[in-house]
Amino acid sequence: MTNPAAVADVRSPLSDGEWHRLHPLTPVLRGGLFLVVVLGIVITNLRDRIIGWLFPAVADWERYEADPVDYVVSNNLILIALLAVLGVLLILLGGFWLSWRFHTFRITGDDVEVRSGILFRTHRRAPLDRVQGVNLTRPMVARLLGAAKLEVVGAGLDANVKLEYLSTANAEAVRADILRLASGRQLARAGDAAGVAGAAGVAGVAGTTPRGRAAVAAVSAGLTGLIDGAEQPVAEPASVVHIPAGRLIASRLLSGSTLWLVLLVGVIVVGSILGTPWVLFTLVPTVIAFGAYWFRTVTRALRYSIAPTPSGVRITFGLFTTITETLPPGRVHAFEIRQPLLWRGFGWWEIKVNRLSGRSASDAQAQQFADVLPVGTRDDVERVLRLFLPGISAEQWQELVVHGLLGPRSGADPYVTTPRRAWWLRPLSWRRNGALLTPDALLLRHGLIWRSLVILPLARLQSIALAQGPVDRALRVAGVTAHIVAGQVRGSVGALDRDDAVAAWQRTAAAVVAAAASDRSHRWDAEPEGAGDVNAENAAAAAAPVGDVAMYSDAANAARPVDTANAADTAGPVAASVGERDAVAAVPAAGAISDDGGERR
Amino acid sequence: MTNTPDRPNPDTVSRTATDPADAAGEGVVLDGGTYDRILEPRSENRLPLGDGLWHQLSRNYVWVRLISTVAFLVLVIAAALVASLVLRLGWVWIPAGLVVVSTIWTLVILPRQARAYGYQLRQDDLVFRRGILWQRMVAVPYGRMQLVDITHGPLDRLFNIAQLKLVTAAATTGVTIPGLTQAAAERLRDTLIAVAETRRTGL
Repeated sequence: MTNPAAVADVRSPLSDGEWHRLHPLTPVLRGGLFLVVVLGIVITNLRDRIIGWLFPAVADWERYEADPVDYVVSNNLILIALLAVLGVLLILLGGFWLSWRFHTFRITGDDVEVRSGILFRTHRRAPLDRVQGVNLTRPMVARLLGAAKLEVVGAGLDANVKLEYLSTANAEAVRADILRLASGRQLARAGDAAGVAGAAGVAGVAGTTPRGRAAVAAVSAGLTGLIDGAEQPVAEPASVVHIPAGRLIASRLLSGSTLWLVLLVGVIVVGSILGTPWVLFTLVPTVIAFGAYWFRTVTRALRYSIAPTPSGVRITFGLFTTITETLPPGRVHAFEIRQPLLWRGFGWWEIKVNRLSGRSASDAQAQQFADVLPVGTRDDVERVLRLFLPGISAEQWQELVVHGLLGPRSGADPYVTTPRRAWWLRPLSWRRNGALLTPDALLLRHGLIWRSLVILPLARLQSIALAQGPVDRALRVAGVTAHIVAGQVRGSVGALDRDDAVAAWQRTAAAVVAAAASDRSHRWDAEPEGAGDVNAENAAAAAAPVGDVAMYSDAANAARPVDTANAADTAGPVAASVGERDAVAAVPAAGAISDDGGERR
Repeated sequence: MTNTPDRPNPDTVSRTATDPADAAGEGVVLDGGTYDRILEPRSENRLPLGDGLWHQLSRNYVWVRLISTVAFLVLVIAAALVASLVLRLGWVWIPAGLVVVSTIWTLVILPRQARAYGYQLRQDDLVFRRGILWQRMVAVPYGRMQLVDITHGPLDRLFNIAQLKLVTAAATTGVTIPGLTQAAAERLRDTLIAVAETRRTGL
């Protein structure tokens, strides 16, 4: 279509700011299950008849007198019946076609937008500087058809913008575009590239309107995807961590749930010996359930890879349904490096993170997105952390690992720990339980048996609390809690000496303000000053109303009323006013509009 | 209920105030009809107050809480009386007794609790404190606020108080300042928004 160099440099035809359609098979893939069920019902009901048609010898016609097929044949209604079937098929196809036609997306310099629905229209928009990550999911069936699902992760609950489905190649291109646009790097380059792309477009397909051209492009790309069929090879950057399948399986088997299984089996066996033997039968479902659980966790974590890309860290996992997430810099709010007891002998660790995954905590996949390293050695931990926190110096690494992971070493322990007088509040781990404030992160160290180290980047910390109960007061200790977005990692440390805790609280509060002021990760690759002027397209986008709600779906039926609880999690300026709340004020959050870097402190 | 807070002077309620500390007339609006000393635990091991000006709650807050708590108490006792005398359910006094005792305890500590609340508008963050037995202090940077929410019920309106809630991206922040005078709540909201505007940051 356009000059390939320009495309490679700037954006694919799918993100030129026009509305585009999704993969033509989208309705089938989305409604696929429904169709399979209907087909299954029809086939089951007509099973004997189909056998009869195929093998007339075994036909047994007398048994089907009340059969509708017989009724149709005997009343000469074949034509009508065929017409009815045809009509249903046409309506289905028409519905599919309509829903495909009405399902469009657009990627501009500032937002990703999706419109869908025939009767009840929804329109969703995600501002690019609020993008928390981009996930490319390839479920098994879609993979066979060469399609993939792209999910732009927003900052609220149920705030993700989904582009399902795109052909794999398109999905890759769109993902690259979104990340490039979100990074802000685009702003600097688009000026010269837009001219090239425009010229090439005019020269290449003179005569066609841009819209028509885009539609043709979308259809042809979709068809190409159809013909190409199976999964296309994708250029993946090399993973920095390799987890042998054996280690992965062993680590899952050695998890805490296994201890429970062993305990449960023991109880059941003892119970059956002492009392009622039939209790033994409950073993079967228990073992099956655990087997399914293990199978699921292992297949999810297989094919794990983690690699740096210019637009962030890319994590891939999943054997059947492959998920590739790209996490732009500064999107992780907390890390926890953990070592379950049974892993200690092998020296294995896992890393969990808190991030805005755009899903509710109850979502099964939310947990999956928290696992950044399912299992790894100390070197793997170091490699993964270096991807996310590139600023760590060798000296800080020493603080982090030698003191943080492996516990207090005799001599200089940089961490502030529980004083001896309060040892009985943390009977085993009082020497280890502690905190350390580094220039860019707050480190919290816990646990002697279940070792864990929490790393809280200061630029992401929301607020910080200091608390003291009566027992604490008697011992002159206090606890510090850092507030971060909800997730599996919790940032609190208790039983520190009062003066240490107060100092840590004061210094962290000041450091958080400083870190937040110098943080640029919402447009991580943008030029610091006035980059927006270069880009004509961007100027047009900036004319859009200031202070748009970060995420909305407006529809005739107001499909998703944003309630206050939800709004609390949503990043942008949100206003809600109901009942007795007669004054609600929205604080315009950062980056509702992107090009004001100059005035930001 | 001792004194009514001053109505906000239109000059002082200006949306352009960016620095919370030096805005003129701040003290009049925020500290009108409030307590003037934070109640602390007696032990020397307590969390120190630190320096800076602590703003406190309106004295009316205690009355609102007392009235609603007493109303609740009366309701519980009435329900228990009905259940025991009319329906002959003697055991109902066990749960009712527990509720009554804990509510009376709440009534006793209410006035002390109300004096322990405080907030400080520092250069870059808001510090909130509460509690005597269980002390808690939270520092919320202005740039982290996503939402400022003012709530007042009918009883609150009668006593001219309001509750102000700060929401950040973390659900655990939990900063809710109850019992501000309405003028103070509105003033505080406007100040916070103006300040947040100049210090806004990413999530």
